[in-house]
Amino acid sequence: MNAPDFNAVCPLPVSEYPRVLMAHGGGGRLTHQLIENVFGKAFSNPILDTRHDSAQFCVPAGRLAMTTDSYVVHPIFFSGGNIGSMAVYGTVNDLAMSGARPLYLSCGFIIEEGLPMKSLERIVFSMRDAARRCNVQIITGDTKVVDKSEGNGLFINTSGIGVIESSVTIAPRNVQPGDVVLVNGDLGRHGMAIMAIREGLQFDSAIESDSAPIHEPVLQLIAAGIEIHCLRDLTRGGLAAALNEIAEAAGIKISVEEKSIPVREDIHAACEMLGLDPLHVANEGRFVAFVPSKNAKEALKIMRQHPVSVGSIMIGSVSETSTPMVTLKSTIGATRILDMPSGEQLPRIC
Amino acid sequence: MAMKFLDEYRNVELARKLACEIHRITTRPWAIMEVCGGQTHAIVKFGIDELLPGQITLIHGPGCPVCVTPLEIIDKAIEIAALPNVIFASFGDMLRVPGSTSDLLSMKAGGSDVRIVYSPLDAVKLAAQNPGKEVVFFGVGFETTAPATAMAIFHASQQGLKNFSMLISHVLVPPAIEALMSSPNCRVQAFLAAGHVCTVMGFEEYFPISKKYRVPIVVTGFEPLDILQGILMTVRQLESGRSEVENQYARSVRREGNLSAQYWMSKIFKIVSRSWRGLGEIPESGLCLSDAYAIFDAEKKFGLAGRVVQEPKECIAGVILQGLEKPCQCPAFGTLCTPEHPLGATMVSSEGTCAAYYRYRRHNIMELAQAK
Repeated sequence: MNAPDFNAVCPLPVSEYPRVLMAHGGGGRLTHQLIENVFGKAFSNPILDTRHDSAQFCVPAGRLAMTTDSYVVHPIFFSGGNIGSMAVYGTVNDLAMSGARPLYLSCGFIIEEGLPMKSLERIVFSMRDAARRCNVQIITGDTKVVDKSEGNGLFINTSGIGVIESSVTIAPRNVQPGDVVLVNGDLGRHGMAIMAIREGLQFDSAIESDSAPIHEPVLQLIAAGIEIHCLRDLTRGGLAAALNEIAEAAGIKISVEEKSIPVREDIHAACEMLGLDPLHVANEGRFVAFVPSKNAKEALKIMRQHPVSVGSIMIGSVSETSTPMVTLKSTIGATRILDMPSGEQLPRIC
Repeated sequence: MAMKFLDEYRNVELARKLACEIHRITTRPWAIMEVCGGQTHAIVKFGIDELLPGQITLIHGPGCPVCVTPLEIIDKAIEIAALPNVIFASFGDMLRVPGSTSDLLSMKAGGSDVRIVYSPLDAVKLAAQNPGKEVVFFGVGFETTAPATAMAIFHASQQGLKNFSMLISHVLVPPAIEALMSSPNCRVQAFLAAGHVCTVMGFEEYFPISKKYRVPIVVTGFEPLDILQGILMTVRQLESGRSEVENQYARSVRREGNLSAQYWMSKIFKIVSRSWRGLGEIPESGLCLSDAYAIFDAEKKFGLAGRVVQEPKECIAGVILQGLEKPCQCPAFGTLCTPEHPLGATMVSSEGTCAAYYRYRRHNIMELAQAK
């Protein structure tokens, strides 16, 4: 008696598709279901929930900071995090490096067809947790699905807006002779966590990434009136790249001491085996702060109150020079150039 | 994996003590060559030469496998990697080495399937996993990497893999030392022999060389204290007029070496003449597959044997590899030639002399040049 239903709706709810299909990015019903049941549910907040083409929000007083970053890490899950939490922390950290309090994020997902739905959900929910931890809201987003083998599982882009509440300008050009260099903990963990998985290295215990938000100690340094001249997170290229960029921008010489730079023993060993330099390896929860030497002690005390920077330590100082450079006093007491890594880190033959 | 790390070989007080002793006993100028690129790297990285008396000159030898691989082999690698249906597997170092017109990294960017592996056995695995593809491994290196290459060939043969082959450019250290010593330009008065090569081969091969050319040869490790102690032992010999083979790296090297590794090398390979970048052809200085395993030879498989390529003229890598000049004496150093745009292999490899100078020394060199 009933006419057959010709509406070609798949009877399965979205979460019952075990893998992401091209149709999830097609703009139709499956896209809608994916947005509602996964992204919308996880990231829900009043601004996002209006479901408009663009997010509308009020801005507090002060200067705004904005940044964007794309995350293509492979594998997408690693010890200590995943591509999702990293995409939130990474952008929050970039905002923090100009002294901004992070407020809002956008996120764009480029998903490779066939990604297990469970993996996507796990990543999205860890982004939600990461955003909560940083007290930021994800207020707009986008989803695209690309053909199998055109992506590496999942790429995520996040952009972020934050507010700079103080009047200090934090920038490389403000670094001055007499400043000291502080770092918030041991180096090389994120890069080696990824390398260890990619290269199938087995250690007694897995090397876990240091991926973490670093805005809290930074905001507290500012609140305490520490005169921060420059901050830089130590992502791709590691400490060596960051210091060289700053030396170049500020026209100064940075001298660091190898023996005071914290590198865990297992990281050291893994780097030796692969022929890599821990000072060139990427981090996701580490930064350097340039402050006047008179503020060093207090700055370290503040930084050490936060779990993410409990291992903070002074590693060097800034002086005048005619040729901008970074030098490193080696463990046996001789001095050499600490250079910018050139291109990709390529493992050595022997 | 249990790890006890290497800090004890980087101890600053012990380093100073050794350096002081070298200062105390040195009465004349001496030129010592460290053979291995890994030692060159450690010397420049830790600033070991800065601790030495001015009379001691360290000459950086031809012991970087990337640097001495001739251009024609790189070109062959690129030609193979460009073929459809080929997975080309290599140690990471080799990817940036410039061939005549391209390099493997650019080939990868252009769509060739080039993969970095850490062990030749990983390449054998790739071949087993991809029966529809030709997997070619780039077998380069000294006696240190040759046993692993041999083992990979043996495994491939055991598994009956028809889609696996190797482009081989393995070279041997003692013939190169002998070639250097017999050159009329040779300034070298003593050698630090490469600890890892000797871990495999032992050091009996060096007795005839030491005797014939009256040179001290000290088998030396790679940590700062190893190198300083190796230099001290060498200078002691030089100052007292002795020329002997000594072993500083006894924690790793036995006189007879690793006999099992040597067995596999002799089973899989045969000794042939090889061209060395910058040094030219040296008799009996390399390895190729023995007749029983020749079916795994990529040059034969892809019809590339017998090709000859000229080395570029601006690059003085050959002179550098012979220890006749330092990188800073090259007009292209740091200007035309940088790690981003290398003219020659000594600038490419992280073990290359020019790259080591560029990474750790270029400001001192530039400042010196300006002062002049």
